[in-house]
Amino acid sequence: MKETFDVAIVGAGPAGISAACILAEAGIKTIVFERGEYPGAKNLSGAVLYGHNLAQVLPDYIERGCPVERNIVESRIWYLSKDGGYSIGYRDRIFAGERKFNAVTVGRAKFDRWFAEQARKKGALVVPATVVVDLLRNERGWVAGVVTGRADGEVQAKVTLFADGINSPLARKTGFRAEPKPEQVSLAVKECIELPAEVIDQRFNVGREEGVTAEILGEITEGMDGIAVLYTNRSSLSLAIGANLADFRDHKKKPYELIEQLKQHPMLAPLIAGGKSLEYIAHWLPEGGYDAIPKLYGDGYLIAGDSALLFNALHREGNNLAMASGKMAAEAIIEALKRDDCSRRGLAGYGDRLADSFVLKDMKKYRRFGKFRYEHKELYGPLPHLAGEAAREMLTVNGVSKKQKQKLIMQHLRQGKFGLLRLARLAWQGWRSVK
Amino acid sequence: MTTKPMKIEDKLFLDRFKVDTESHLRLVDGEKCVKECEGQPCLYLCPANVYRLEVDRISVNYEGCLECGSCRIACPLLNIEWRFPKGGFGIAHKFG
Ligand SMILES: Cc1cc2nc3c(=O)[nH]c(=O)nc-3n(C[C@H](O)[C@H](O)[C@H](O)COP(=O)(O)OP(=O)(O)OC[C@H]3O[C@@H](n4cnc5c(N)ncnc54)[C@H](O)[C@@H]3O)c2cc1C
Ligand code: SF4
Ligand code: SF4
Repeated sequence: MKETFDVAIVGAGPAGISAACILAEAGIKTIVFERGEYPGAKNLSGAVLYGHNLAQVLPDYIERGCPVERNIVESRIWYLSKDGGYSIGYRDRIFAGERKFNAVTVGRAKFDRWFAEQARKKGALVVPATVVVDLLRNERGWVAGVVTGRADGEVQAKVTLFADGINSPLARKTGFRAEPKPEQVSLAVKECIELPAEVIDQRFNVGREEGVTAEILGEITEGMDGIAVLYTNRSSLSLAIGANLADFRDHKKKPYELIEQLKQHPMLAPLIAGGKSLEYIAHWLPEGGYDAIPKLYGDGYLIAGDSALLFNALHREGNNLAMASGKMAAEAIIEALKRDDCSRRGLAGYGDRLADSFVLKDMKKYRRFGKFRYEHKELYGPLPHLAGEAAREMLTVNGVSKKQKQKLIMQHLRQGKFGLLRLARLAWQGWRSVK
Repeated sequence: MTTKPMKIEDKLFLDRFKVDTESHLRLVDGEKCVKECEGQPCLYLCPANVYRLEVDRISVNYEGCLECGSCRIACPLLNIEWRFPKGGFGIAHKFG
C-alpha cells in the first residue's frame, strides 16, 4: 500500500471520524486506520453523546439514522453510603421538546460504526482491522505518514492526525505525547445489562424513547477517587464504575469485585433486578486535566480527543470534546493544505481554535478539580458514611427529640474528625476548584 | 433482592474475543516478578484477572485481556511488554 494521502488518521472514534467527515467533505484525500474488527469494536463510553457537537459535524445526523438509544430527559446524582444514599435529580420537558437530543445515550459499537459509515459516504477511506504501529519521518524529522501492522503497510501523508484514544502504545513508542502516569487516568469497567424496554420505562418513569442518567458517588468506590454511572439504553442499562488507577494500585481493589458490590446496593439492585449481563468491558478515562494536556500539534501532525487527554472530568464529557477537537483539527488541516504549509506553524490554527473554544476554556476552568478530588479521599469514605448516619437518625422516629438527635449527629461528625470548620473548608476548596 | 455475585470468569465468558495464537503481552523478566516486585499490583488491578500467581511464577492469560493498558503503566518495574493484538484480533465490543 505505497500510496500517498493528504491526511492519515489514526483511530476511528468520535475524534477521528469527525475529522474524516469534515476533510472528506472538503474533497481532501483522507484515510482512517482502525485497529478494531470494525469501528467501535474497542470503544466504550457511558455513553452519553451530545447532539450539539454531533450536529456541528453532521447536521442531518437524525435523518442519517444515527443509532440513538434514548433521549435523556432527566439527570440524577446520587451520594451513597454502604446501605443508603441521597438522590437529587432534574427533569425538564424542554429536553423532550425544544431541546430534544441535547443528550442521548448510544452504544459505541453501533454508533462508531454508523459514524464511520457516514465518513465513508463522504469519501474518506476507512480501513478497519489495521493497527498503526509506527510513524514515517521525512528528512527533516517531520511526521510523514504511518506504518501499519500489515505487510507493505506504509502510507505516506502530508498530515497525520492522532485520534487513537487514551491508551496509546504508539505514543509510548514514538513519543508524540507522554505515557500517562497511573494517577492521570481512571480505570473503568462497564456492563451492559439487558432488560425489556417496558421494564426500563416503568422503573425510570419515562416514555419509550426517553431516558435517565445517574452519576453515582460515595462509599461505592471504597475510599478511592472514583465514580459510577447508570444510564438507560433502549432495552438495556449501562452500569460502569471507575476509579483512579493509582488508587486501584494502592488500595488493592479488584475492579470486577467493585462492580459486583455496586450491583448489590439498595439504590441499584431494584433497578437492575432480573437483568442479564450481556458484556463486561474496561477502558481508561483521562484524568490529568488541563495541566496534563500535551503539545497538541507539531510538524506534520496533530492530536485530538482522548489521545490529547481532552476530558472534562466534572461533567463527564469526553465524546463532545473529541468531536469538537476532531472538527477543529480538520479545519486547521484544510487551511494548512491550502497554504501548502503543514509545519507546526502551518497547523497553528488548531491551537488557536481550541484555545478559543469551550474545549480548553472548560478544562482550564476546572484545572484544579482533579487534584481536589484525589486529595480528598474522605469524599468516598467517611463523609458519605456520616452523611448517611445523619439522615438515618433524623428519619428514624423513636421517641428521641430532634434536638437530641442533632446533638448526636454533631458528636458523630466530630468523632469522625469532621467539625463544621473542616466541612466548611472542604466545601470552599471544592467550590474553588471548579469556580 | 441480592443476586449471587458474578465471578470474573463468567463475566469474560460474555465477551466476544478473536484470540490470536501469539500473546500480545509479555513479561520482560519473569524472575523479577517473584523476586523484586513489591505488591505485585498486576494481580489485582487488572480488570480481567489476566495475571495469576502460580507456585513459582506469574502466568499471563492474555486471551481474556480487555486491552485497557493498566498493567503496562502500573507495573512498578515497567516489566510488561505491551502491544495491541494484531488488527481485528482481541476483544470486539458488542454494545460498547
Ligand atoms: C466508562 C466510560 C464512560 C464514559 N462516559 C462518557 C459519557 O457519558 N459522555 C462522554 O462524552 N464521554 C464519556 N466517556 C469518554 C469518551 O468515551 C471518550 O472521551 C471518547 O471516546 C474519546 O473519543 P476519541 O475518538 O478521542 O477516542 P476513542 O473513542 O478511544 O477512539 C480511538 C480509536 O482509535 C483506535 N486506535 C487506537 N490506537 C490505534 C492504532 N495504533 N491503530 C489503529 N487504531 C487505533 C481505537 O481502536 C479507537 O477506535 C466515557 C469513557 C469511559 C471509559
Ligand atoms: S506488577 Fe510488574 S513486576 Fe510486578 S508482578 Fe506484575 S508484571 Fe511482574
Ligand atoms: S491491558 Fe488491562 S485487561 Fe489487559 S492485561 Fe493489562 S490490565 Fe489486564
